Amino acid sequence: MILSTNLIPLFIIIPLACSFVIAIAGKRIKGFPEAMGVLATVCLLAISCISLKVVHVHQVLVYSVGAWKPPVGIALVMDGLTVFMLCTVNLIAFAISVYAIDYMRRYTAQWKFYTLFLLMLSGMNGVIVTGDIFNLYVFLEIASLASFALVAFGTERHELEAAFKYAVMSTLGSLFILFAIVLLYSFTSTLNMADIAAILVPKGKNNVILMVMVLFIMGFGLKAALVPFHAWLPDAHPSAPAPISAMLSGVLIKSLGIYALCRIFLNVIGFFPMVASIFMFLGALSMIVGVLLAIGQWDFKRLLAYHSISQIGYIVLGISLGTPLGILGGLFHLFNHSVFKSLLFLDSGAVDYATGTRDLQQMGGLAKKMPVTGATSFIASMSIAGIPPFNGFWSKFLIIFATVQSGHYGYAFLAVLASVLTLASFTKVMKYAFWGTLRDKWNGVKEVPILMKLPLILLASVCVIGGVLLIPVVRELFLNSAVRVLSEGSHYTATVMKAL
Amino acid sequence: MIYFLCLVLFALGLFCILRKRNIIKIIIGVIISEYAVNLFFILVAYRMQGRAPIYAPNASIVNMVDVLPQALVLTSIIIGLSTTILLIGLAMKIYEKYHTFDITKIKELKG
Repeated sequence: MILSTNLIPLFIIIPLACSFVIAIAGKRIKGFPEAMGVLATVCLLAISCISLKVVHVHQVLVYSVGAWKPPVGIALVMDGLTVFMLCTVNLIAFAISVYAIDYMRRYTAQWKFYTLFLLMLSGMNGVIVTGDIFNLYVFLEIASLASFALVAFGTERHELEAAFKYAVMSTLGSLFILFAIVLLYSFTSTLNMADIAAILVPKGKNNVILMVMVLFIMGFGLKAALVPFHAWLPDAHPSAPAPISAMLSGVLIKSLGIYALCRIFLNVIGFFPMVASIFMFLGALSMIVGVLLAIGQWDFKRLLAYHSISQIGYIVLGISLGTPLGILGGLFHLFNHSVFKSLLFLDSGAVDYATGTRDLQQMGGLAKKMPVTGATSFIASMSIAGIPPFNGFWSKFLIIFATVQSGHYGYAFLAVLASVLTLASFTKVMKYAFWGTLRDKWNGVKEVPILMKLPLILLASVCVIGGVLLIPVVRELFLNSAVRVLSEGSHYTATVMKAL
Repeated sequence: MIYFLCLVLFALGLFCILRKRNIIKIIIGVIISEYAVNLFFILVAYRMQGRAPIYAPNASIVNMVDVLPQALVLTSIIIGLSTTILLIGLAMKIYEKYHTFDITKIKELKG
């Protein structure tokens, strides 16, 4: 028990320590930043898998930082949802750190890239494991600051413009979140999330909580790019280097936006029906607006960024239904979207690496020259469009089924419509980029190096076998414990207090 | 009343971020909003006629201001500082590339 509790801080310590070591020594020793980056992510992935088993046995683990017992000290909490998110984040981070070895050779100063990358990773892991609301804000800012710098990594005109826009919007979001935390602290006089929940439950709904909820929706809405707050995403995500686009779209908006939103609304404040209907509306709006804006795009990465908005809408819609089936669908879609959207961004990076263009009209017939990239893009496209037997189909099916089951036929129709439009838009991508006749100027194009191919194949195989996660035995281990945490709502307090 | 003034300050910062065209003025807007939130945090902790929270052997623990927000605000100020540094760094690089601070002229991304 003690040993397994000590696993929790490792998720923050390992990437943070490696990031500092790289910052100090990475410039002098060739190959050191890459090696450290891959080593750190491999360790994190292994620990996440171990903690999956540990949480299955113990349910909830709480680590008190500096041996100060919560609610006085800072608590790090590991429960089903945490472990689910950690596995997702660290799986993607591992694939990206391997991919970046070759991809980042075109930039100078790889050590800066790995330093910032691991800093961002430690921020994300910190947001996920923390049980203290101010600590959540601090980790949120660590991850955001690293991501601003990474978006501006190329220091070209577009990248700087996008990074500035992103930095201002995201800082604004953080300010709203901080404001809400201050109000919540003044109302409850505690910062521990379990403790806040315990104090809020008897007080019920009142004006302070209303204000706090509005501020949290604005703040985390900005972080997660829900539709009225989405304007920064289509600029910021495509401007970053491809591995970082994959990281931002794949996991950053989910761990900073969706995860924090779910944790605070479902476990801490309590999920009022009014809030649920607001989320459902925002989710459906994001779903439709995102996909409509995506269809007209000709820039490969920009198209993918708009689809991220749309898929985030599905996740929010699923989770805000509040039924166990809806939450299962939402969380499963969160995992699937991380996998196939990262894969698509890495594919776009591979095309960019080989041909030097992101414009779909310039491409054509690339599948002949780049078989691995072509095949993995096809798998990811079919997966995001929801074609069986790929993983995207199962999660979308669950979400739509849960929507119908809870009687929201309008939203179910919109979900189906958005799925059809997604299929149309990815058919366009496949047709223009990978199928059709090969242009003469691409005759010399070569497939990307082996280290870039491996992560593509890894993620594509997760896409193909993703449906396996729904088989009861596997589901019990990975998804069900996460669903239980969210659907039990404010029962979170009791379980955390008991685990102390 | 003083809480209301704090909100006004926050709104002023927001207005500055949303309406101004000069990048430097936008950054100043971010800083103003940040200070408004920090100020609000300190105000929340204040007690009327409160004294500094220092333990002395014979002092009783009455009417002290809340310590915790003061510690938290320090963290938040440091975060604000690093955000500001990054924003100004970006602004300098933008000026190098575009030779202007006007955001209406820095508009290559759209769609």
